[in-house]
Amino acid sequence: MSPQALEQILEGRRSQPSQLIEVLQDIQKSDGYISPESMKAVSQGLGVPLIEVYRVASFYKAFRLKPSGKNVLTMCMGTACHVRGARFLHDHTTGQLGVKPGEVTSDGLFSVEHVNCLGACALGPIVAENGSYHHHMTPAKLRKLIETLSRQQTEEKQSVQTQ
Amino acid sequence: MSRLNSFRELEHLREQLREQRQSIATTVMVCGGTGCKASRSQAVVDAVREELTRQGLDMKVRLCVTGCHGFCEQGPVIIIEPGNVFYCHVSPDDVFEIVYQTVANGKAIERLLYTDPISGVTARTMAEVPFYRAQDRQILSQNLNIDPCSIEDYILAGGYSALSKVLRGMTPEGVIKEIVSSGLRGRGGGGFPTGRKWTECWEAPGDEKYVICNADEGDPGAYMDRCVLEGNPHLVMEGMMIGAWAVGARKGYIYVRNEYPLAVKHSRIAVEQARKIGLLGDNILGSSFSFDVDIARGGGAFVCGESTALMASVEGKVGEPRPKDVHTVVDGLYHKPTVLNNVETWANVPSIIMNGSSWFASKGTSGSKGTKILALTGHVKNTGLVEVAMGTPIRTVVYDIGGGANNGNRVKAVQTGGPSGGCLPVDMFDLAVDFDVLYQAGSMVGSGGMVVMDEATCMVDVAKYFLNFLQDESCGKCLPCRLGIDRMLEIITDITEGRGKPEQLDLLQELADTVAQTALCGLGKTAPNPVLSTLRYFRPEYEAHINQKKCPAGVCKALVTYSIEPDKCNGCGVCLRGCVYGAISGSKKQVHVIDAELCQKCGICRSECKFDAVKVA
Repeated sequence: MSPQALEQILEGRRSQPSQLIEVLQDIQKSDGYISPESMKAVSQGLGVPLIEVYRVASFYKAFRLKPSGKNVLTMCMGTACHVRGARFLHDHTTGQLGVKPGEVTSDGLFSVEHVNCLGACALGPIVAENGSYHHHMTPAKLRKLIETLSRQQTEEKQSVQTQ
Repeated sequence: MSRLNSFRELEHLREQLREQRQSIATTVMVCGGTGCKASRSQAVVDAVREELTRQGLDMKVRLCVTGCHGFCEQGPVIIIEPGNVFYCHVSPDDVFEIVYQTVANGKAIERLLYTDPISGVTARTMAEVPFYRAQDRQILSQNLNIDPCSIEDYILAGGYSALSKVLRGMTPEGVIKEIVSSGLRGRGGGGFPTGRKWTECWEAPGDEKYVICNADEGDPGAYMDRCVLEGNPHLVMEGMMIGAWAVGARKGYIYVRNEYPLAVKHSRIAVEQARKIGLLGDNILGSSFSFDVDIARGGGAFVCGESTALMASVEGKVGEPRPKDVHTVVDGLYHKPTVLNNVETWANVPSIIMNGSSWFASKGTSGSKGTKILALTGHVKNTGLVEVAMGTPIRTVVYDIGGGANNGNRVKAVQTGGPSGGCLPVDMFDLAVDFDVLYQAGSMVGSGGMVVMDEATCMVDVAKYFLNFLQDESCGKCLPCRLGIDRMLEIITDITEGRGKPEQLDLLQELADTVAQTALCGLGKTAPNPVLSTLRYFRPEYEAHINQKKCPAGVCKALVTYSIEPDKCNGCGVCLRGCVYGAISGSKKQVHVIDAELCQKCGICRSECKFDAVKVA
C-alpha cells in the first residue's frame, strides 16, 4: 500500500485505538489483504502495539493476511446453503482447482474462501464471484463458472500478447 | 433540506412532501434487497427508469427501489401501486410491457403474476399471494414504499413521529414503562425483556451512557436484520434515538457486519441525512436531547453476538467475551452503562410508542408479544422472510406460508435458532413460535432462522455441521467451549465416518451437558444444543450410523457409495466430462461406470445427470 493511501485511511483516526478494526477494514478493501508493512504503519498511526494489531487482524474472519487470487470465489457455508448441498460445491472447487479454502491457485488466478453466511439464504447455495452473487448453485454450474473465468483470463493474456 | 429546529418544522416538512407527491399517480416499487439483487434486479431497475423516460412518464410515475419484500425465491419482484399488482421473476425484457400495459394503462400482465403451485390460483394482487396472506407484516411491510436512501420517504410515511411524540410529551420513565408493559423481548437470540434492560441502564449511575444496535447477524441461515437495516435504516435509528433518550445516552453505535455492504452503505447514508436535517446532533428538534450515531463495522466473528464480545469489538479490540457478573447495562462499552439491542428489537420501538404498548401486547402469547421475522429457508417451496405474530404454529409457517417441501420429498425437521438452537421433528410442528415454548422443546427462537430439512438431510451431519461451525467460531478463551466442542466434534466425526461405538452416545450426552453448564458465554453454553436436540429427537439416526454403519439419508460420505443405474443411463457422457477426478468411464451411448476407488463423492455427476441415473446408497 502506498504511504499516501495509508495516510488517507488514517486521516482523522490517528491515536484512536478504537478505530483499529475500521482502519484494517479500509486497508483490506483497498489492498485485498493486510500486509505486515501496513500492520506496522497502523500500529504507529493508532498507537496500538503491533502484537495487538496482529491479534485483531488474525482473530477476525474478515481479514486476509495473504494476497488473494485474481478471482475470489466466496462459498457460503451457512445452514441454509449447507442443507441444500454447499459441501458439494466446496468439494468441487477443491477438486477442480486443487486448493483448499484460504489458498490461492499456483497461477494466481483463483482463491477460494469460506464465509459463514452471505445473507441471501433463501436462494442458496450461494457462491459469490468477486462479490457478485450466484444463486441456486450446483457443482455443474460452478464448474462452468470456473471454466468461463479461466477462459477469460487466457483470452486476456492472448490479446495482450498480440498487442 | 434545511435543519429542523422544532416539532412543528418536522410536521411542516411532512406536509410539504405530501403536497409534492400529490402529482404522482403511480409508484413502481422494485425490490433492491440482497436476494433480488442476486437475481439481477438492478438491471430491471435500470430498464424501468429508462422505459419511464422513453414513454414520457417519469414525471408522473415514481420509481422506488426498496428494501426486501420478503419473497426472495420469486425475485426480482415488482409491486405497482395503485392496484397492489405483484409481479415476480421479472426480467429486463418484461419492462417495456410492464410500463406500457400496467403502469400506463392499468392492465395486469398474466404471465408475470404469481400462480400458487399448490392450488394453481393466480394472485392478482400482493395481498392475494398465499405467502403474504398468512403473515402479519408489521415491520417488513414498512420496507415496501420506502427508498432506504431517502429520509424524505421515511418522513412521509410518518417517520420520526414517535421520536417527536417522546421528546414532546413523555418522560424517560414513561417511555420505559411503555416498553416494559409492551412485553417486548430481545429479537437477537436471548429473548431478554427489553424493558428490563432499559430500566436497569436508566437506573445505573453515570452521565455517560451508550446505546448499540447489533446488526452483526452472525447466525448462518438468518438474514432478517440485514433486510430491515438495508431496507429501512431510519426506522432502526428512530428506535435507537427513543432508547437513547429514555436511558440517557448521547452516543450510539450501529455494529454491522462488513459482509453486508448494502447495510453498511444504507446506514451510513441514513446517519448523514439525519445529521444534516438535525435529527442527529445537538438539541434534536429544538429539545434538550442531543444524540449521535456512528457505524462500527464488524469483523465477521460469531462470538461477537455475545454482548461483552461485541462491545470489545466496537472498542477496536479482539471480540472475546468476559464474565458478566456485572451486566453490560451497568458496565458496558468503555465500562459505561450500555443498552444493546438487535436491529429487529429497535425497529419495534417506534410503533410501540405510536400505537401504545397494549396494541403491541395484543399480538402474541402470554410470554412472547408482538411479531417475529423468520428467515424461512432450506427444503421449502417459498423461501424468504416471513413475519408472523408470536404464537403462530411452526406448521403454519412451513406449510401455509412456505408451501411445504420443495422437491417432492417429505419434510423431516426444522432447525430454529441457528447454531445455538435445535432441530425439531415434524411431529412437533404444532409448537408455537414462542420464546418459552421452543426453549422448553430444546431449541430456541433465536434470531429467527428457520431452516426446513427434508428426509434427504442427515441429522447427524447437521449436528456435525454446527459443531464444525462452532469450533471455528469459538474464541478459545474458556476451556469448556474450546475443548468441549473439539471433543464432541471428534465423536460425531467418528460416527459419521463409520468408527462410532454405542457407548460414545452417552459420552456425547455427558460432554454436551458439561459444556452447557460450564462455558463462559452464550456461545459455549448453547453450543451443545444442536447435538442435544438431534440426540433427543433423532437418536435412531445416530444408532444407524453406529450399529449398521449406514447413513439413512445418504449424506455421510464414508458410509455411502456412488453408482450409476444401468437402466437409467443412456451414455450421454455428461457425468464423464464433469468428473474432475476421472472416476467415470464408458463409451458413448454405453452405460457408464463409477470407479469406487477414484470416486471422491463430490456429487457433481449427480447434479449434472439429467436422467437421475446416479444413485447414492
